[in-house]
Amino acid sequence: MQRKAVALISGGLDSLLAVRVMQDQGIYVEGINFFTGFCVEGHTHAIRKKDQKKPKRNNALWCAEQLGIKLHIIDIVEEYKDIVFNPKYGYGANLNPCLDCKIFMVKKAKEWMETHDFDFIITGEVVGQRPKSQRKDTMPVVQKDSGIEDRLLRPLCAKNLPQTLPERESWVNREKLYDFSGRSRKPQMALAKQFGFEDYAQPAGGCCFLTDAQYSVKLQDLWKARGDKQYEMDDIMLLKVGRHIRPAPEYKLIISREEGEGKFLQGYRKQYPSLKTTSHPGPLCLIDGDFAEEQIEQAARIVARYSQGKNADAVELEYRDTEGNTRQVKVAPLPPHELKKEWVV
Amino acid sequence: MSRHQLDCRRLLCPMPVIRVQNKVAELQPGDELEVVCTDPGVMQDIPAWCRINGHLLLDQQVRDDEYILHLRVQGDPH
Ligand code: SF4
Repeated sequence: MQRKAVALISGGLDSLLAVRVMQDQGIYVEGINFFTGFCVEGHTHAIRKKDQKKPKRNNALWCAEQLGIKLHIIDIVEEYKDIVFNPKYGYGANLNPCLDCKIFMVKKAKEWMETHDFDFIITGEVVGQRPKSQRKDTMPVVQKDSGIEDRLLRPLCAKNLPQTLPERESWVNREKLYDFSGRSRKPQMALAKQFGFEDYAQPAGGCCFLTDAQYSVKLQDLWKARGDKQYEMDDIMLLKVGRHIRPAPEYKLIISREEGEGKFLQGYRKQYPSLKTTSHPGPLCLIDGDFAEEQIEQAARIVARYSQGKNADAVELEYRDTEGNTRQVKVAPLPPHELKKEWVV
Repeated sequence: MSRHQLDCRRLLCPMPVIRVQNKVAELQPGDELEVVCTDPGVMQDIPAWCRINGHLLLDQQVRDDEYILHLRVQGDPH
């Protein structure tokens, strides 16, 4: 009887290899890829123009195609918020709740496994690969808290870990699994070569934006400004785009840095009031938060500072509210020394 | 056979793929789906998704900054 495993596919090399190792042992594999909203895949490529020259692909789909497996992409944006707000095991170096995230994903995969009558779960985890979530002492925590217990197999480092059910039942041969450990990527690269994989993704840091220091600062700023930990999909998208400047606690400016971002921000003009320079080429700016009428001028002066009229005596801008009503604002661009450092998020 | 439409404008990848996947799960083999998107990434991602899951991509085109893909559901959609 052919056994079936569901694999957590991040789009990186490790999960690609883990699946391939299982396929070599005659296991039928399908993949699951969770979309948390913070995934590095996709978005920024679509937003920034300079990135569009690079061939763009979704690495999880690419991996699935290389492996010839089905891939199920699952939207967990809403449920995931709880993990980001209150991680039981805390955050990593930034706002990344890696251990809780892993537990959650394995738990969701377990539900999927049970509904679809699969036998076990595999991941591309390697002992010691990541300081927070992939340690020898955290691996059993994932198994216990997710409830998957010994139906979770990590083919790349299984030999460093206690036997799992698939090994005990001889569904897979433990001898043919691996004993990778630590941060070195060399064993994975050698194995990739052996399997003939080329052009795979090698993300630095983690698999999501929450491991990014600058991104985390922006998210914390958002929570502080709103008085509670909350976010919507639009918020987390916009944190990836433009420069963020908060001249006052109540409102923030999101200013495009190049054409691609400007175009992207345009799509939000029905949700956020905006400013756009008209007398000179310049950025588009969304205003997020509650601001007073008099603050529009200050905002306009800041935006003008990033336009080609930054050295002009006056710059004209169009202010547009969310209903589409517009009016002209004429301001003197803010001199660089007046732009306070602490405003820049 | 029935024809369906899906509006994925303003959604960024992989959201359009997720929407297509969930929609196709409700459809029958032979049904056709037209998806309209604004993220250029779909021009790679949706065809890749179709190949992986064995559905037939009939056509993909760009019209006024919109990306329109047309596919036919094949076999067992799950
Ligand atoms: S990097 Fe992000 S997606 Fe990856 S385990 Fe950590 S929190 Fe989860």
